[in-house]
Amino acid sequence: MATKTVLFEIKRQASPDAPAVWESFEIPWRPGMNVISAMMEIAANPLTADGHQTTPITYDSNCLEEICGSCAMRINGKARMACSALVDNLDQPIRVEPLSKFPLVRDLQVDRSVLFENLKAVKAWVPIDGTYDLGSGPRILPQEQELSYPLSNCISCTCCMEVCPQFNIDTGFVGAATIAQVKLFNNHPTGKVLKEERLRALAGDGGIQECGFAQNCVEVCPKGIPLTNTISNVSRDVLLQKAKDFLRG
Amino acid sequence: MATPRIIVVGGGLAGLAAVIKIAEAGGSVDLFSIVPVKRSHSVCAQGGINAAKNLKGEGDTTYKHFDDTIYGGDFLANQTPVKAMCEAAPAIIDLLDRMGVTFNRTPEGLLDFRRFGGTLYNRTAFAGATTGQQLLYALDEQVRRHESEGKVRKFEGWEFLSAVIDSKGVARGITALDLRTMELRSFPADAIILATGGIGAIFGKSTNSVVCTGSAQSAVFQQGVTYANGEFIQVHPTCIPGEDKLRLMSESARGEGGRVWVPRTAGDKRPFKQIPEAERFYFLEEWYPKYGNLVPRDIATRAIHKVVFENGLGLDGQPMVYLDLTHIDRATLNRKLEGILEIYEKFVGDDPRDVPMKIFPGMHYTMGGLWVDANQMTNIPGIFAAGECEYQYHGANRLGANSLLSCIYGGFISGPNALSYAKSLPAQEGDGGHAAELARQAAINDSLLHNEGTENPFKLWRELGDVMTKHATVIRYNKGLQQADEKIVELLDRYRKVNLSDKSQWANTSFAFARQLKNMLELARVVAQGARLRDESRGAHYKPDFPDRNDEQFLKTTKASYTGDIIGPRFEYEAVDTQFIQPRPRRYDAAS
Repeated sequence: MATKTVLFEIKRQASPDAPAVWESFEIPWRPGMNVISAMMEIAANPLTADGHQTTPITYDSNCLEEICGSCAMRINGKARMACSALVDNLDQPIRVEPLSKFPLVRDLQVDRSVLFENLKAVKAWVPIDGTYDLGSGPRILPQEQELSYPLSNCISCTCCMEVCPQFNIDTGFVGAATIAQVKLFNNHPTGKVLKEERLRALAGDGGIQECGFAQNCVEVCPKGIPLTNTISNVSRDVLLQKAKDFLRG
Repeated sequence: MATPRIIVVGGGLAGLAAVIKIAEAGGSVDLFSIVPVKRSHSVCAQGGINAAKNLKGEGDTTYKHFDDTIYGGDFLANQTPVKAMCEAAPAIIDLLDRMGVTFNRTPEGLLDFRRFGGTLYNRTAFAGATTGQQLLYALDEQVRRHESEGKVRKFEGWEFLSAVIDSKGVARGITALDLRTMELRSFPADAIILATGGIGAIFGKSTNSVVCTGSAQSAVFQQGVTYANGEFIQVHPTCIPGEDKLRLMSESARGEGGRVWVPRTAGDKRPFKQIPEAERFYFLEEWYPKYGNLVPRDIATRAIHKVVFENGLGLDGQPMVYLDLTHIDRATLNRKLEGILEIYEKFVGDDPRDVPMKIFPGMHYTMGGLWVDANQMTNIPGIFAAGECEYQYHGANRLGANSLLSCIYGGFISGPNALSYAKSLPAQEGDGGHAAELARQAAINDSLLHNEGTENPFKLWRELGDVMTKHATVIRYNKGLQQADEKIVELLDRYRKVNLSDKSQWANTSFAFARQLKNMLELARVVAQGARLRDESRGAHYKPDFPDRNDEQFLKTTKASYTGDIIGPRFEYEAVDTQFIQPRPRRYDAAS
């Protein structure tokens, strides 16, 4: 009896300057398998579907539970996490490509450090006085926690940036993930001490006004973060801040 | 003198905690991590973090937390550091709260707490079911703040290869590999802190992340650092078996009322709803009436094993049991457990609010690790360790929600200690051993790239994982452990014939993996041999041929040192500090 197999087409690129090529793979099917387990299989048996020797595929991955944010890639044209992409739910051949909006490193690996730089620019932290014992934190009602918690679930996968028509070199748009973090820290009783600085950081070129409200971000977010609501919200705060700064002269 | 430079390796909770303390005290830190630190394995911790804040009027105290931890660890942990950790825990929770962790709240706006395994108190603070993620992010944000102020330099995408040790046996820096350019470099430091996490990859599939190979620990072990209690491996009772890994189903599912059961009749094919209460076997509740589903992990894991393999009651004859939340209302489940329920839904396809989850035990955590002293320093001066990669806080079995605590506490202790050590360090002679260590590493890299042979490192790894899971997890026999060690020796021999299918010098992941594999093999021998030598049962280490704890002979810390010989590591044993709590029998089934 022939064993059931899964067909993959994977975009390969040996380095940023090398030409891109597509390779096909035929991999034994197993129940519950995801795109990551297919790539593990290729590493152990690096042969293409037509029997050519190739190399293991370079890709980012770590937790494989959709919580570290590493393994974002384009699978059948959709930006998503490879670990939660179950093969049985995908049309074949399964086409796998790197994210297209970030500098390519190799194969499916890209450089997404821009997000971490953006988080620095908006001071996405609570500026505590120090780590010595200063007693308990501020009281926070359950309703407030329930508003903040979804925002703090962002795994920095950058899928929202990948699918955003405005996220490109021309606009320098900061992207939805960073704006959501601004909201998170501006909501916090202590974090809001930097609220004005954060809003000003989003006021210039590449800031929140670049958003064209395509709403792709909220559809693609693997964590279901209410990104469009948050952007509208922060957008209003940025405008108010601009008005205040203007009146202050 | 100039500001001391400290290198921290690993950007999980322990590493970040150390970085923050050093930066705050005015030191300079270079932080090395294979992955961007925000993607470290700490994000996978789900259920919570323990601290006896006693906010539920139960009369909980830090001493009771200390007693539960020592008793849960079957008296193998040295008591002084554990006591200090439990005493520090409430202030650590306060600090995390001040950093903005989105902990769940009571109606009054205070921190909410839930119950976890191995205790009778609501002692576990939590942020939904993604507590590790939330804690890691809080520390990551503080480190980013220090980074933007120039106090921290990050080297993300660099893998630690070895310590640089001078002619007097003192650490003077590290060598590391840039995983993108494949550049090998050495970095000077006055002290180094390893916070490199778990060793799950040694067992093939585990709940650990891909980077948890134990490679860094093994590298310094092979350079002379002592490794302690390596045989103590925690197998988590409730995991979702998968093709690529075993996904954790948090203990918080049981903490919030989840019940473990199987049909009383083997091969009962009825859907779960048609099986009446009387025909369901809630074996943990029957066998352990006082703790019920919240017995410690080693106890729950062995009970599931027994029900499946001795009683033949696994679901559909498969190695699986039910973990059932369907009796709890959806709103409560969503508020307290949504993160883990989503994981089950996404990876299995069933909604655990409607149907019971099917789970089985899986390798989860190493209680053992690098031996450290009270200052978190190993036996090599200048090499410190913190977090899961060291052995100090959990004895023979770790209680749930104590790992996040031990990571942060260990980081907080190691950071300032490394800094004060570095301040009194005499200047190095010559280059401190940097050129020699670089040459040694370059030679290893060179031989790996030019090996002739037919072995594939990923296949060797599968064989290692299979043999370790079979012989060195839940149930252990000396014969099987002996076979495991012989198999590792065979794999070490075959490793010399590894032929990489990718010999390029750009983002070559199989090259990096092959280097890790060698270290995994060396460390696997510490686990297998350590287990073979310990002829007793204690905590997670269970031998049917020696079913009782033997304090007279084995109330001792195992200490392994590398020999480089074919016979493997050398073992010695060190007395355990039991000055506060007298060892007593560990019986979770007893009524007392």
